[in-house]
Amino acid sequence: MDLEYSAEHEAFREEVRTFLKGWPLIGDEANLPKEEQEQIFRKRGIDAGYVYRSVPKQYGGSEQPQDAIKDQIVIKEFYAANAPRDLLSQGAGLLVPTLLEFGTEEQKERYVPPALTGEQNWCQGYSEPGSGSDLASLQCQARLEGDEWVINGQKIWTSSAQRAQMMFGLFRTEPDAKKHEGISYLLIPMDTPGVEVRPLREMGGGYEFNEVFFTDARIPAGNIVAARGQGWQVSRATLVHERNLIGNPNMMNEALADLIALARERTLNGRPAITDPGIRRRIAEIEGYVETSRLSNMRQFTAANRGEMIKAMRPMMMNKVFSTDAMQLIMKCAYDLLGGDGVIAPTDADNEGWGQRDSTASGWVLRYIFSMGPAIAGGASNIQLNIIGERGYGLPRDMRPPK
Amino acid sequence: MDFGLSEEQEMLQETVRGFAQNECPTTRLRELFDEGNGHDPALWQALAEMGVAGLTVPEEQGGAGMEFLDLALVAEVLGEFALPSPFIGHSLAIQGILLAGSEAQCASLLPALASGELIASIALQESDVVWAPSDWTAKFEGDRLSGTKTYVSHAKVADRLLVGVQGGEFVWVDTKAEGVEIEDLGAIDRTQPMSRVTFTGAQAIKLEGGPGTASGLLDAAAALLAADAFGAASKLIDLDVAYSLEREQFGQPIAQFQSIKHTIARLGLDIEPARALYWYAAHALDHLPAEASRAASIAKAHITDRAMNAARESVELHGGYGFTWECEVQMWFKRIMVDRAIYGTPDEHRDRSAALGGY
Repeated sequence: MDLEYSAEHEAFREEVRTFLKGWPLIGDEANLPKEEQEQIFRKRGIDAGYVYRSVPKQYGGSEQPQDAIKDQIVIKEFYAANAPRDLLSQGAGLLVPTLLEFGTEEQKERYVPPALTGEQNWCQGYSEPGSGSDLASLQCQARLEGDEWVINGQKIWTSSAQRAQMMFGLFRTEPDAKKHEGISYLLIPMDTPGVEVRPLREMGGGYEFNEVFFTDARIPAGNIVAARGQGWQVSRATLVHERNLIGNPNMMNEALADLIALARERTLNGRPAITDPGIRRRIAEIEGYVETSRLSNMRQFTAANRGEMIKAMRPMMMNKVFSTDAMQLIMKCAYDLLGGDGVIAPTDADNEGWGQRDSTASGWVLRYIFSMGPAIAGGASNIQLNIIGERGYGLPRDMRPPK
Repeated sequence: MDFGLSEEQEMLQETVRGFAQNECPTTRLRELFDEGNGHDPALWQALAEMGVAGLTVPEEQGGAGMEFLDLALVAEVLGEFALPSPFIGHSLAIQGILLAGSEAQCASLLPALASGELIASIALQESDVVWAPSDWTAKFEGDRLSGTKTYVSHAKVADRLLVGVQGGEFVWVDTKAEGVEIEDLGAIDRTQPMSRVTFTGAQAIKLEGGPGTASGLLDAAAALLAADAFGAASKLIDLDVAYSLEREQFGQPIAQFQSIKHTIARLGLDIEPARALYWYAAHALDHLPAEASRAASIAKAHITDRAMNAARESVELHGGYGFTWECEVQMWFKRIMVDRAIYGTPDEHRDRSAALGGY
């Protein structure tokens, strides 16, 4: 056990810090629109070998030798400098790893580079009205007619579909095959005639997720990843990436710091809430969870870095529920500190969703509401508990009706 | 940057685990539990021969020269087997000498402890809520010790006691000396007998390190109790899994019911990730002095609190059987009660970690 960086990694960190002096941009570049500035800097990060380290150069990455500690240094330093690095969008975060693993050469060349730059936005078409936790029961149909897939049916809870140019998703292509074996992973241009996006209003007031309807929508037969009927296996790989996106220890440390700041500002029984023994203990109890998360992540990171991930499988499969629950403890405590201010918040249509670090009273109210999201998105907590029980502790699978 | 165990550390745990499996399986644990001495001289002797009695004692003083983290790793395994032994008190007495003893005192006191020839324990707490060094009232004047200490683990089998006195200093006393009276308190955990020890002018020697060393010992106590509770709670989850697979109701193993499966998954969520918490507390005691007190308090509060919850859930999961003396769950339940209650409750350690965390 040694929490210091080696000389090589210390030198690497210095190198990254020097590079980051180039952000924010200066001179003429500073006058460009924000998005363009980010793209310029991200490109420099790729050229310097810091951004998209695991993606081959030919597809727009920087193709660095695998070094988890360097990855971690880049994430920490870029984060501290608030500098643009790897996009964590559905495209760059979820589709790209899937295509790199399962895609054809042509698909990689065509889709990976614009997903990395964010020029092409992707949405994920998985859930359906009748298929949530039991995703493999999905019914949205794609039928091969000549050299086209003809798609009919509906997807739901499709985040950012209204801004996406492309969808990757799961469709039933082999209606006669067994449940898991009749699904294919397809790539669909959102401007295909017969694709209609209808926004859904969330409880926070905004419109982030959508319903997507398909009526005889026709896409080329080649827009399939891996073979017919293999979509389920392909999607399992993607879900792993999604769960990794959701457990972000930085987010939790920030939220705890924000909570402590809030307790200093707010008043309870005529004095600063932070001096109230009950509130102090409650925050200290929450800190126990936040520290557990931080250190458990360090342990998993070390296991991965040593190539011994098998030794940290249990804590790894626990990350999502653990971080969801810990974030909710923070938000519940913050909400109690707000008192009557807890009832005032805008429910505007442009409320964007979770991840907004707004420490005004109404910002906390929205954070309190949005903290429900991670308990559902990317695998509901109740289903995660099944997975922990079954794969983590060897308990029997749920009884299911015969197929 | 590496936050994991070394091969030697993994082997240390496996060695002690293998030993405990053979020498203190549940059948033997039950006998020792009913005897209520919390001590089996043969078991202790064998542990001492493995080096467990003097793990952190420097090699030149007859110990294994290992780190505090290694000690915590052994505490986890002994907690896992609820192994009755004076290990925790003995190890903490050694930590006290390492912290507060002069070079000459270390050289004269440590070898007999490292070999296991002498058993030691610590006497710090003075009442239900008086455990912090700043509150100690026991007096040391001339070479005489007076005062009362309570919840002293294994005092009846200990040869020596490390006693905290007014001013946050330590003295070293022979339990057979005149003026030392040991009264058994009837502890709930029969693997950890507790005594009240009254000193009336008992001859003792003062460790020369002076004040300022006491909080380090409390940090060590908090980290070791956290490791013990972690091991105990992990064992309870294993028992829950085994029982839920074996016990049938409505024609199926109860593990098939989501209420049971989710209960076990939630206990896992509470306990398994917290392993890193006690590792870090122990590592901080070895290498990150500025972090050590806060890390120890967080680990003690969080792990013993969650472990106690796991113990209560485990009793419930075992149904009527879970409430019996016969059911093995009760032994770990009580072990965790001790880990949670002594040397600062979760509330007290949360107050401490909040203050140390700057809020």
